[in-house]
This record gives sequence, structure tokens and C-alpha cells, in this order.
Amino acid sequence: MNFNLTKTQELFRQMIREFAEKEVKPLAAEIDELEKFPAETVEKMAKLGIFGIPVPTQYGGAGGDNLMYSIAVEELSRACATTGVVVSAHTSLCMAPIMEHGTEEQKMKYLPKLASGEWIGAFGLTEPNAGTDAAGQQTTAVLDGDEWVLNGNKIFITNAGPAHVYIVIAMTDKSLKTKGISAFIVEKGTPGFEVGKKELKMGIRGSATAELIFNNCRIPKENLLGKIGGGFPIAMKTLDGGRIGIASQALGIAQGALDETVKYTKERKQFGKAIGQFQNTQFQMADLKTRVEAARLLVRSAAFKKDSGIPYSADAAMAKLFAAETAMEVTTKAVQFHGGYGYTREYPVERMMRDAKITEIYEGTSEVQRMVIAANLYK
Amino acid sequence: MKIVVCIKQVPDTTVIKINPVTGTLIRDGVPSIMNPDDKGGLEAALQLKDKYGAHVTVITMGPPQADLILREAYAMGADKAILLTGREFGGADTLATSHTIAAALKNLEYDLIIAGRQAIDGDTAQVGPQIAEHLGLPQISYVAGLEVQDGKYIVKKETEEGYQMLEVAGPALLTVLASGFKSRYMSVGGIVEAYKKDVEVWGVEKVDLPVEMLGLKGSGTKVYKSFTKGVKAAGEVYEVDAEQAVDLIVSKLKEKFII
Amino acid sequence: MNKNVYVFAEQREGVIQPVALELLGKARDLADVLGEKVVAILAGYQIADKANELIAYGADDVIVVDAPELKDYITEQYTQAVYTVINEMNPNVVLFGANTIGRDLAPRLSARLEKGLTADCTKLEISDGSDPKLEAKKLMMTRPAFGGNLMATIVAAKEGVQMATVRPGVMQKKDKDESRKGNVISYNVTFDPSKFAVKLLETVKADKGLVDITEAKILVSGGRGVGCKEGFDKLTALAQVLDAEVSSSRAMVDAGIMPHDRQVGQTGKTVRPNLYFAMGISGAIQHLAGMEESDLIIAVNKDKFAPIFNVADMGIVGDVNKIVPMLTDRLQKELKK
Repeated sequence: MNFNLTKTQELFRQMIREFAEKEVKPLAAEIDELEKFPAETVEKMAKLGIFGIPVPTQYGGAGGDNLMYSIAVEELSRACATTGVVVSAHTSLCMAPIMEHGTEEQKMKYLPKLASGEWIGAFGLTEPNAGTDAAGQQTTAVLDGDEWVLNGNKIFITNAGPAHVYIVIAMTDKSLKTKGISAFIVEKGTPGFEVGKKELKMGIRGSATAELIFNNCRIPKENLLGKIGGGFPIAMKTLDGGRIGIASQALGIAQGALDETVKYTKERKQFGKAIGQFQNTQFQMADLKTRVEAARLLVRSAAFKKDSGIPYSADAAMAKLFAAETAMEVTTKAVQFHGGYGYTREYPVERMMRDAKITEIYEGTSEVQRMVIAANLYK
Repeated sequence: MKIVVCIKQVPDTTVIKINPVTGTLIRDGVPSIMNPDDKGGLEAALQLKDKYGAHVTVITMGPPQADLILREAYAMGADKAILLTGREFGGADTLATSHTIAAALKNLEYDLIIAGRQAIDGDTAQVGPQIAEHLGLPQISYVAGLEVQDGKYIVKKETEEGYQMLEVAGPALLTVLASGFKSRYMSVGGIVEAYKKDVEVWGVEKVDLPVEMLGLKGSGTKVYKSFTKGVKAAGEVYEVDAEQAVDLIVSKLKEKFII
Repeated sequence: MNKNVYVFAEQREGVIQPVALELLGKARDLADVLGEKVVAILAGYQIADKANELIAYGADDVIVVDAPELKDYITEQYTQAVYTVINEMNPNVVLFGANTIGRDLAPRLSARLEKGLTADCTKLEISDGSDPKLEAKKLMMTRPAFGGNLMATIVAAKEGVQMATVRPGVMQKKDKDESRKGNVISYNVTFDPSKFAVKLLETVKADKGLVDITEAKILVSGGRGVGCKEGFDKLTALAQVLDAEVSSSRAMVDAGIMPHDRQVGQTGKTVRPNLYFAMGISGAIQHLAGMEESDLIIAVNKDKFAPIFNVADMGIVGDVNKIVPMLTDRLQKELKK
């Protein structure tokens, strides 16, 4: 049993922390305020290989592991949760299913450009009438000669717009229910495929979240990902991996808020002493720190299991559930410790609180995580 | 083009604090980092590599833990890393250090040697020029820009008044300012590979010098004593309104005949 | 036998640099304790007429090396010149300014002479023999280390010349005394041009439009508490009234509000003005290292526990952005009287 990061992971953590502090943090308030996609940061991250962390080198990736990827999302999110989710959605929701289910041709075609960050990836599952109940897909794909014809809408899609490659889940045979669902790779610019209006959100406001609209969108037959009718397990597996990403994001937000609060409560003085010297502060902060560390252990354990080829579905669900609720609790208390200042945009904790909320919702709400965990418990 | 970059592992002096009670340095928890000017030097070398193609060797003299900055150098893009380590080298001042490194460098081929201007723990800026002298190389210090033209190095040297443009043919030694070469981050792929590569460990056998020229024995200076600065007796601190504050300041300036 | 305290009397374009005069002042004190002479080495081209200025500031002898090779400072040319002098004259002590010339030349000489060199000294004394661990009449060279957190006193470990570079702005020059008498010695150096490998292409004076803050008598320095560009405009107004310069802490340089050459502190400049206003500067150790030797320090800060108050002669707990304009108005009235 060893809880230490490897030397490689530790060196990586050092780099990504420095990158996040120097390049990401200074822009966090601005991209939130202006709801601006962090395109410059994306370019910088691409140069360093951050978009291809767990991709094998033969596909142009860095040849790293999922633990490093988790550390990346955590450290980026500690500075800016928007930047964290750009990497998370790209890696977990687009590259991972291609790596795991793609043919050699698909891998060679898409992974090098995705791993280098030349292309950004996205994933389309959620529909107006199919959120938590992902099986209720209404988007359809019909084979017509050598092409699949897609029709329908996907909503709340992260990276929609900036992304070049979209993994799209659609019904190929409604009568088969979940066994009639398939997965496809759709490229930006394909006729009949449009990105709709960007959502105005409470948090992670710099991330591009929009609708995908398919109107007789014709894609080549070979863009089917996996088997016909194999889309539902692909989607579920993809979400399992994605939850490690979102759990890491939540962990990063929580850590960021905790660090800000330690700093503030050391500086802020009331009744002649720093508020961090009051026992009420110290006890609450001790509890928050303990929760954050517990979340980190869950997150790293899930990533470690994925790297080791051990089933990790419930681990990822527990990590995401706990980390997301921790992020919400820590950020809410962080705002409280900051008092009136915490409610203003002068300090980052109000942004962190808004950002934290989404981690309890997307890639499976906390309720869905409990369902997954319980299903494993009672299987 | 063969470039050798001299780097050093240093404590991050910006986070060192003084224990207010004992007046001693708190070294616990102070991270060890690649010296910033040296990192600038490595960046300068890597920029030449990117532009013209070059083989970049990094060498550090230090304890075995200095392996970390060599891994970092690999992850940034260095091609070869050497750790020069040995008990004999301990306690060296700049003169003995420069002799040791210069002797080690004689084992390597180079067109250019780059060092950082100075290290943040010692702030001497002496080792680079001293190495250059021992190797009989021309030196340019305070380098903030570097180009290659017709096989010669065109170097921008910062001065108090502005800068100078200088020309030198290799082999030469440059000492570099971090501010002139914003260092790149380690790449993810570079990090993954860093620990798979070999770091050559060199000992005293690679240093062809009499042992009296090394370490404490070979030093031209010695530390007589070291101490933390006593805190100056604090003056009066006033908590008054702005109007009174202005009165106080003005009367102080009058008292000291400044106005 | 090594004898006399030498100063490398740096000139640039024929102008004796302030640091050279500061070194002469210190050399005078050291030489008087040792009972030796102060000797200035004046190297350059067509600079012989500057020798008297060095005598007026404390030199007993001035060794003038006047040669076209020395028109501009280039390492090897100057190393050959100064090396020849030191090698023949066997000085006891040689001091250099710790700037881009002194810190380039002195280490090169140290290696050529195989002697130790202490960098960037802020204090020089002669040992009195009271400590059995240190013989009398040794040069004790004190300098900051570990980012200014630690002071170390260094002594030469080898027999022969003791050398140091000395931080500009730290030592005090003597009052100019035109009536002082001294010897001007013209010294010929035979150069070895085969070693001249570096060619000066161009010298560019960057138009920073700025004054060297180490030369200012009064500094109005701003930190994080000043906040923004507008806050610094207020400091500039105050500085104008007092004929002062504006400087700043590292935070404001990092924030891009102030240029680096106005930064006071470990990674910036060491200043020692007659009056230093620390406005909204909390006083991180790195900053204190660069200004605590100022004669009079007046600090204004919101936080009454700010470390700046530990070194300030007068501390005001208050808002700089409010106090500075009021102080400016008031001083304007006072100075009109």
C-alpha cells in the first residue's frame, strides 16, 4: 500500500500547479465575468500536452495516466473551474471513448489531433427529455447507403462550439430501447450539424455550453463508434470515467476555496486578532480540511483503479458524490468566512461557490451517483 | 551545435522566513527549485535548439537530491543530464566551485556554455565568469537576448543604462538573466519520459584537479560568521485620523530638516 | 607583502561613477585603520583628467591606465589591464562596485589571480584581533545571503589580495576636498589582443525616461495598498512636491503597474535615501532588505500589524489613498511659506 504519488506524478503536479497559478488564475475572474471561453489558455495547454495526458504516445499523447489527468483537472480547477472542465470534457468524454471503443482507423484519425489540442472534443448525450434517464434518447440515426443520417437535439453540451469532434449518442432502433442506442463521431462543419445558442449559466461561465442541432446531418458509415446498438454501455462507461474528471474538478474548487479562506482568515482581523485565531474558525476549518482530504483519497483511488484496470464505476460515483458535496460545503463556508467581502466579486470565493454547484449536477446528479453506488451495493 | 547549461538547485529563498522569537531561519518546508537564472539559461539553450537545432546537456554540482532539477531539465527538453556529486566538493566557495565545474566540463564537447547570472541562495554572480576564465573562454554576462548569425553569437547584454549588443564566436560562456528568457513549462510528455532517462552521475574521478583545489580546502574565502539581521528598533506607530496623520508627518519632516 | 587599499574607479564614457566615490569613502576608512594608502585604479581611454576628482574624494594615489583598448568596457580588455596592475602592485584589498561591470570583471580577475572574492558586500570592516579565531587587520566582508534572510561575514582564506564587490548606494562617499594632494601615476599595460574575442557592436541607452532610484534623496514608495495606476499618480504628485522619486514594492511591478527599475528590494534595488515613504507596503522581508538602511522611514498602512512598522521610524495606521493627497496639499502650502 502506498499513498504517495510517483516521482513522475509529483513532477507533473509541480508543473501543473505552477501553470495554474501563473497562467490560469490571473484570468479566472475575467472569463467568469465576461463568460468568455478561455481560448488563449487552451492554446497554452495544448502546447504543453495537457489535452493528451492519458493518451498513448503512438496516438500522439503524452503517455501519462488517469491519475495525472485527475491531478491536472484538480489543479486547474483550484485556479479556475471553467478551465478544468474544458480539459475534463475533452479528455474523459471525447478521447476516452475513442481510445476505448474506437477502431484503429478512428484512433489514428482523431486521437493525434485531439491529444495535441489542435482539436477539442465534446460529448452529446443529454436531450431535453433525456437527462438523468439517458435511455430516453430521441435523437435518431438511420443508415442510408454509406451514411448515417442524424436528426434531433442535444442540450447542455460542454465545449460545444469550440470543439471539433463530438461523440454523439443516438437511437438506431427505438424498439430495442437501450440496446437500440449507438454512438457516433461527428465533426464540426458537417452539413446539417449546427451548434445552437450558448447557455447563460450560474457558474463555470467561461465554459461553452450549448445545444447541438442535427437536421438530416449525414456522416460517413465508418463514424459509428463501437457496434450498432452498443451506444448505451459506451455512454455509461464514458460517464464513469467522466466522473473522475468532475470529482477532480470539485476537489480542485474545494481546495481553492479552502486555500483562499486560510489566507483570508490569517489576514482579516476583528476584535484585535486574526479571525483564524478564533476557535470557531479553527474547528470549522479543520472539518473542511478533513473533508477535502477524504475527497482527495476517493478521487485518487478511483483514478488509480482505472489505471490499474480494476472496475471503478462505484468508486468514481462515490468520488464525484463526495467531492461535489464537499466543494459545495467548503465554498459556502468560505463565503461565510469572508463575510460581506465574500459576497462581492472582489474575492474569488463567490465565483467558486457558483462554480461548485454544477459539480452536483452534471455528468450525473448527486442522486444518480447514489443510484449507481446503491446498485453496486445491492447487485 | 553543442550547448552545455550549468544549473543549480537552490532553496526557494522567497518563502524562507525568520523565526521571530529565535531569529533563526526557518528552512522546513522550503521547496528546492531550479535556480531561476539557470532556468533562463536552459530556456536560452532550448530556444537555440528549437531554432537552429542543438544538443543540450545540463550539468549540476550538488547533492544526490539535485537529481530533481535534472529531471525537470529533461522534461523541459534537455538531451543529456549530468550530476556532479561528491563529498570532496562540499563547502566550496565560488573559486573552488568554478574550478570543479570547469574541470568537469573539460570532459564534454561544447560550442557554448550557458550559466545563470547568479543563484538566489548566494547571489554572487561569480561562478560563471570564473569558469570562463579557467577554461580560457570569452564571457558575456547579464545576457538578455541571443541569436546566431554567420556562426557567431549576437548577444544582448543588459546594463544599468540600457543594453549592449556584442558579438562573440564560440566556444564562449554566457551568463543569462531569467528576465530575458521566460522559461517554458515542462511538457506533459517530457515529464512522463523524464524518469525513464538516465542521469549520468560523475564523481571526483571526472575532475582532474588536485584535491586541495576542491571544496573547503580549495576555497579562496571562508565564512567567518553568519547571523540573521537584528530587527531595527521600531518607531512609534500612530492610530489617528488622516488629518492628525498629516500633522504628525509634517512635524517629523520639519524635525529632521527635510522641509 | 600586500599593501594598500585599492579601488577600481569605474568610469563610463569618462564619467566617474558614483559607486567609485562611495568605494573611495569606504577605502579611506579601511586604509586609515590599516595605516595604508588608498589607491584608485582608473582605467579607460582619454580619462587621465579625472584622476584629480578621485584624489578629492579620498585617493592618495591614482594609477591611470589610459589606452584605446579600454574605450568601452569589455571583459577581457579590462581584465588584462587591472590584472597587470594588481599582479605587479600586490594590493592588500581591492574593491569593485557590484554592478554589471564590477560583477563581470572582479570574478574574472579572481579566477586569473586564483584568489577569493566576496560578492555584493554591504559592510566592510577591519578585524581588530580581539577574536582569537581571526587575526587582526583582516578584511571582514559582510553580505546578505539567502535572499537577504541571512547575513554572512566572509574573510579571505588565502594569503594575498582580498577582494570584494560592494553594493552601490550602501557606502558613504566623503565630502569632496579639492585641496587634497595625491599622486597620479601613469601606467602602461601591454595587451594581448589575441584574447580579445568579444566585439562590441552597439551600446544602446534605453529611454526609460527614469532616474536611478538609488540616487534619490527622497523616495515615495508604493505597494499593494496603493492598488492601481491612479493610486500611483497620487504618489507621483507627492513626490513632485518633495522633489522625490517614486519607487515601489515587487507586487506592483509584478502587477505591471510599475517598471522593474523602480523596484526596491531583494530582486530590485537597494536604496538608502534620507527619507523613505513606505505607502501601503506591508514590508515583506525581501522588501525590507532593500530599504531598511534608509535614514528616516515613514510608513502608512491599513494593517497595524504590518511588518513595515517594525523598521519604520514613524508608522501611521491609515488609508494611503486618503492620507497621500492630504499630505501633498499640506506640503504644498508649507513649502510656499
